[in-house]
Amino acid sequence: MARQGILVEPYRRINDEQIAQIHRLSMELLADPGIICFNRDAAEVFADGGAEVTTVEGERLPYWILKIPEKVILDAVGMAPKVVKLGARNEDNCLILDGHEPRVRFASGSETNNWLEVDVEAFISKNDPVREVNFPVFRVEKGNTDRLATAAHLCEHLDSWDSFLRPVNIQDDAINDDNKDVNKFFASLNNTTKHVMAGLTQLSQLDNVIRMAQLIAGGEDKFRDNPVISFITSLIKSPLQLVDDTTQKTIEIAKRGVPVVISSAPQGGSTAPILEAGIVAQVNAEILTGIALTQLVNQGAPVLYGSVPGRANMEDLNDSYGVPEFSQYNIDCVQMARHYGLPCYSSGGVSDAKMPGIQSSVERLLSHILLTLAGPQYMHYAFGLMERTTTFCPVQAVLDDAHIGMIKGLAKQPVFTDSTIPEVLEQTRQVMNSSTKLFTRFVRSALRAGEIAPPYQFESRDMADETLFRAQERLNEILSLPPNHIEKEIVEKVFQQIPGLLKKLKNS
Amino acid sequence: MTQSLIDSIRDNVIQGRVTKDDEGMEEGMAGKPAVTELVEESLAKKISVQAIISEGLTSGMSTVGEKFEAGEYFIPDMLASAEAVGAAMEMLDPYLAQSGIKPKGKILIATVKGDLHDIGKNIVSILLRGAGYTVKDLGNDIDPQTIIDAVKEENPQFLGLSALLTSTMAHMEDTIRALADNGLRDKVKVIIGGAPVSEEFAQRIGADGYGADGFQAVAVVESFNTTQVVIK
Repeated sequence: MARQGILVEPYRRINDEQIAQIHRLSMELLADPGIICFNRDAAEVFADGGAEVTTVEGERLPYWILKIPEKVILDAVGMAPKVVKLGARNEDNCLILDGHEPRVRFASGSETNNWLEVDVEAFISKNDPVREVNFPVFRVEKGNTDRLATAAHLCEHLDSWDSFLRPVNIQDDAINDDNKDVNKFFASLNNTTKHVMAGLTQLSQLDNVIRMAQLIAGGEDKFRDNPVISFITSLIKSPLQLVDDTTQKTIEIAKRGVPVVISSAPQGGSTAPILEAGIVAQVNAEILTGIALTQLVNQGAPVLYGSVPGRANMEDLNDSYGVPEFSQYNIDCVQMARHYGLPCYSSGGVSDAKMPGIQSSVERLLSHILLTLAGPQYMHYAFGLMERTTTFCPVQAVLDDAHIGMIKGLAKQPVFTDSTIPEVLEQTRQVMNSSTKLFTRFVRSALRAGEIAPPYQFESRDMADETLFRAQERLNEILSLPPNHIEKEIVEKVFQQIPGLLKKLKNS
Repeated sequence: MTQSLIDSIRDNVIQGRVTKDDEGMEEGMAGKPAVTELVEESLAKKISVQAIISEGLTSGMSTVGEKFEAGEYFIPDMLASAEAVGAAMEMLDPYLAQSGIKPKGKILIATVKGDLHDIGKNIVSILLRGAGYTVKDLGNDIDPQTIIDAVKEENPQFLGLSALLTSTMAHMEDTIRALADNGLRDKVKVIIGGAPVSEEFAQRIGADGYGADGFQAVAVVESFNTTQVVIK
């Protein structure tokens, strides 16, 4: 079994001709001006693979201009797997991502420095001193390994949270660049049996991380069949540049055949054109370049088309996730990925708001709903992200889980079987012959089968907004559940063989 | 055999099955005798009406109430069970007097003049029947004079008035005034309900009670009911 997510009839924003236009524009961009590449190995790989590569002696270091013909891109697209499995400690939680099937799974994302706690405090009215009301107050804490483990535990128990893409940056005093990778992967893997994805901080730690994942999966072969981890690499610096460090990491991950997301996150209006066709063609060209690199390095290496186009906030050129363009750009990219048959890692559910509330709900629901309907195979950013992906709020993640549950209900396909019409006629005739004229009797079997959407999970009872309090109660319930840790003997093996793990993580 | 039949009546009340065609809560129930068929068989076998009511219908309804309170049952389940009890009570009605059973009470119910909305009224009717009351439903868009005539003819202990519209709720007050003008105000307890009305409105127009929903409506009726209760 695998996690099923929700299969949708995909919403199409751009038509076939527009898809073809964007593809052609992407190819033209790759031909001229091409890609500026700061990684020597990648330049050599592309040169060997058929690209026109020109060396430029920079002020400090050389760099290369890659002019990549369409054939190189299309051959690579042809070689890339159309179905990618993301494994899990509990194999029932694995994800089978089929680039042609618009089945959506929901994941967290970003790597926030901040962790937002919600507390409930009582306030007394100035006008009416006997009137006391509860109100949420917010407290920002620093992300660390304990909080990452808590987020993974939360992921384990929230129904719609299909995959754990580490949402929190670990900033413990004992964490440095050399031990960050093993600790972030272990803290995550030890608290959720769902798929774990993260970026790689140090290339030198890649084999330690993979070895750890192999131990947890049950060996090298089992890890190959059930890759319990995958990587995300931001090898692209928009516009149209391949960064040295992350490009090298991408090459090494691809060589090892571990699933990797080729992510590109240009910003419309600053690092990409504000025009929809322009930013989509650019992000498409950037991602296809990364995918081509992986296939030239290791034909058939599992990759995801990672589209994260955003729009600049015109007041400060910061990211702006709550605007409609964010959804528009991302929907187009989902369609481009489907055009190539590549599993799509997309983005939805972020807010620019600093805290949970009306702005947060409105902004995140725009992209949650629209991107779900677009049908990407893997939607990241979907849980708990606040303040333009800089803050993770666990209470918001609980709310997001409920909201995604509702969206999955919304996206369900209509059911019209051979028996539907006769059943409707029979019900209506019976009801019209009754004195009460009520259809309630016929609701019952659907209700038992879970086909009737429940009311809002955190509904307020009185004239006060209690949503956050109720979500906080639900969060506390989940946090009190026992953790689903890795078996002790495997943990012992991991600690014996993998250097740099913090001892405190052994039991947390 | 007697006990088995009564147990089956109770179980089918819990399942919310009125007739054999109903599905109930579990798979494979359709086609098997339900409350109305079982009550008919019980009457044919001269099983005590008292036993049918108290050990079958009321006992089953009590379990349904517990399941509803526990969140295991939903409103449609509660209504289905109440409907089954209501149908059974209608069948048993001719036998109550000869069995020495005093009816629990009679309720006249109507949606007031100008208002065609009757879902709430119908739900209240089902729940009241399920609680063992005799309900005379006058329908919707009922003017005060028709209600006055019915009160005179039926002599109910309770009158339930329903309205959904802010433009029609005023007719509740007209109806209560008409009851007074006809010397009937002390003969009947008036309970009102509907989306736009409130406890405060009920007090203002001189109603005796207000039900925010169907369950509260039944509770209000029960709180006024001084008639000897036979269904416990």
